[in-house]
Amino acid sequence: MAEMTLIEAIRQAMDEELARDADVFIVGEDVGARGGVFRATQGLIEKYGAERVFDSPLAELSIVGVGIGAALYGMRPVCEIQFADFIYPAFNQIVSEAAKMCYRSNGAWTVPMVIRAPYGGGIGGGLYHSQSVEAFFTHVPGLKVVIPSNPYDAKGLLKSAIRDPNPVLFLEPKKGYRLIRGEVPEEEYLVPLGPANVSRPGSDVSVFAYGMMHYYALQAAEMVASENIAVEVVDLRTLYPVDKETILQSVRKTGKALIVHEDNLTGGYGAEVAAIIASEAFTDLDAPVRRLCGPDVPGVPFSPPMQEWFLPNAEKIAEAIRQLDRF
Amino acid sequence: MATKVIMPQLGESVVEGTVMKWLVKEGDDVEELQPILEVNTDKVNTEIPSPAGGKILKIVVAENATVKAGTVLAWIGEAGERLPDSEMPPRGLAAEKPQEAVSGQPRALTQEREGDVGFVSPVVARMAQEYAIDLHLVKGTGERGRITKKDVLKYLAALEKERGAAAEPAAWETPGEGDLFRPTEMVFRTQPAPPPQSEAQQQPLAAASAGGDTLVPLSIVRKRIAEHMVNSVRTSPHVTTVMEADLKRVVAHREANKPDFSAEGVHLTFTAYFACAVSQALKDFRMVNSSWSEQGIVLHRAVNLGIAVALGEEGLIVPVIKNSDSLSLLGMARAINDLAHRARQHQLQPDDVKGGTFSITNHGMSGSLFATPIINQPQCAILGVGAIKKRVIVTEDDALAIRPMVYLSLTFDHRILDGEVADGFLARVVEILEHWH
Repeated sequence: MAEMTLIEAIRQAMDEELARDADVFIVGEDVGARGGVFRATQGLIEKYGAERVFDSPLAELSIVGVGIGAALYGMRPVCEIQFADFIYPAFNQIVSEAAKMCYRSNGAWTVPMVIRAPYGGGIGGGLYHSQSVEAFFTHVPGLKVVIPSNPYDAKGLLKSAIRDPNPVLFLEPKKGYRLIRGEVPEEEYLVPLGPANVSRPGSDVSVFAYGMMHYYALQAAEMVASENIAVEVVDLRTLYPVDKETILQSVRKTGKALIVHEDNLTGGYGAEVAAIIASEAFTDLDAPVRRLCGPDVPGVPFSPPMQEWFLPNAEKIAEAIRQLDRF
Repeated sequence: MATKVIMPQLGESVVEGTVMKWLVKEGDDVEELQPILEVNTDKVNTEIPSPAGGKILKIVVAENATVKAGTVLAWIGEAGERLPDSEMPPRGLAAEKPQEAVSGQPRALTQEREGDVGFVSPVVARMAQEYAIDLHLVKGTGERGRITKKDVLKYLAALEKERGAAAEPAAWETPGEGDLFRPTEMVFRTQPAPPPQSEAQQQPLAAASAGGDTLVPLSIVRKRIAEHMVNSVRTSPHVTTVMEADLKRVVAHREANKPDFSAEGVHLTFTAYFACAVSQALKDFRMVNSSWSEQGIVLHRAVNLGIAVALGEEGLIVPVIKNSDSLSLLGMARAINDLAHRARQHQLQPDDVKGGTFSITNHGMSGSLFATPIINQPQCAILGVGAIKKRVIVTEDDALAIRPMVYLSLTFDHRILDGEVADGFLARVVEILEHWH
């Protein structure tokens, strides 16, 4: 087992899949010689050549469009959107073309494409380099949405995503790229798309989170453990399709649910999780379902104290847990 | 404060009951746990013990009336005590909504009325109904004195400690539901109560007692096991049929998939394979997934698989995997892990041991090759799984081979099944295991 950062695990997943399958290729802005702005593809062009790891123009619509076309010809493209904030020009391609292809062709055609995109705040990126975009895409049947929270999952999920016959949007918490470290086995493994992971079992309050917020949720759970509050932390990992069973099982145990994401509160992904709990575990609830999310302001502010104010963190999550435990 | 006598929910699917006979009348003094009325459900007649000692202040529901579970049947309290206005007798009967505190409908947040229990969360409302708890008796420790789920659990544990000492069955427990035992958390949280010394001394030992022999007092669980076993053997003519299965493919599959399951936090056991094979075979042989009744054989639509879990000296328990035929191997393994873990931690909920339609017992765990298990009533059959042993067998093409073999013994109720169908079912289980992919 080697300890590595989140970004190293992601790079290793692509490296291994490029080596395993000649149909896999990488396309995106600066992914070639420069190795990507976050260095996710560093060294891959040297290893696999410019035919398989190549730079695109600054046009996200074309990155995804190229990916869809190649996928329909049997290739396995891994498209990188440099920041999730820039994904909107490709929205039509993703939602109206990639996600609908299998259904529209009655299964005759599929789009085995992965779109990787760093998302989220906390790095001083301001309005255009901090956005969380998951809620726009978890509304789209035909598109899988995956967000890893640690190196082990990131590698195993990305490899599964590349091998999946249908389009997968793979959102990476960029704040955690070099901050989150973890053990990754030497031998090959996959983490299946779909199942959530109970990363910390507990009996008093369930916390549902993903990406960077899952990292903070674990810290918060540790903080309140000394106050005799046993928190169960569930890492959702795959947002669409969601693992209802694990969510419901946890709520049936604790009776109290807190959902955390850094995306804006209203219409955010947490609303869906709350609705699942309310409609399918109503008689197991011992307290209102609570959400701790980014406020409803148009962007993650650039100024450090304002950014701090916007984003949930371990302390804020711990306080929300205490309130729910007291209820 | 006056105590309600509530129509208990006498089983998962039983939502109403009929008051057959009042054994007491208004004005009578009663002791706690004294039988005060007989209730009939579609299944059984049951005596309901008094939830408290005191005087019968008012009988609310008359004989022969059918009411929903949770409805107040009578009030017990001190002589001359006034009943709360909000607890007036229901007007309609079966159609009447159960009392607020147990209906799943939260009360207002105000504490205005005397005796108001405050805001009742959905889970507390449900538990109050399931366990027929008067929430006035539960101390609230939540915000503004709200009764939390934990408060209810604490109250139930305390209640059971009291009742355990008296060795009385809980009011909601009835025979004929197919539960092998009372729910674990009602039984195991307290030490088994030894019988009073005098009683033990008075009763002569059944077996000749030689010097140095000791009498081990019967725990509640031991008594339950004894009752159920005797009852089962008396009820069904048991026949056991045995087949063997070559587990080569299952063993290989398990070896190949263990790491992936482990990555999911799931321990892949052989039991999961047997459970999957049985669930699938039950769909092909619906007659095996049934219960005997005098009106006819009840074919159960749902496949709910009971899995016997040994608890050492505490006995055993049979938690149930609901709709087990809908589970993948991963789902099955996860469900078994979860139930076995909770069974051993004494954290099973009442519903976890209810509603089984077929059971599996893995007696091979302790080395047994094959056995003749006893049917878990009112089910039709039970599968015994022996120890998996490498043995030399002769293959189809007359070669010798070393294979992991297992004996599977199916005990079935000969009232429902004949040997041919039972063997067909067992052969199907074997076929699924031998062709596992």
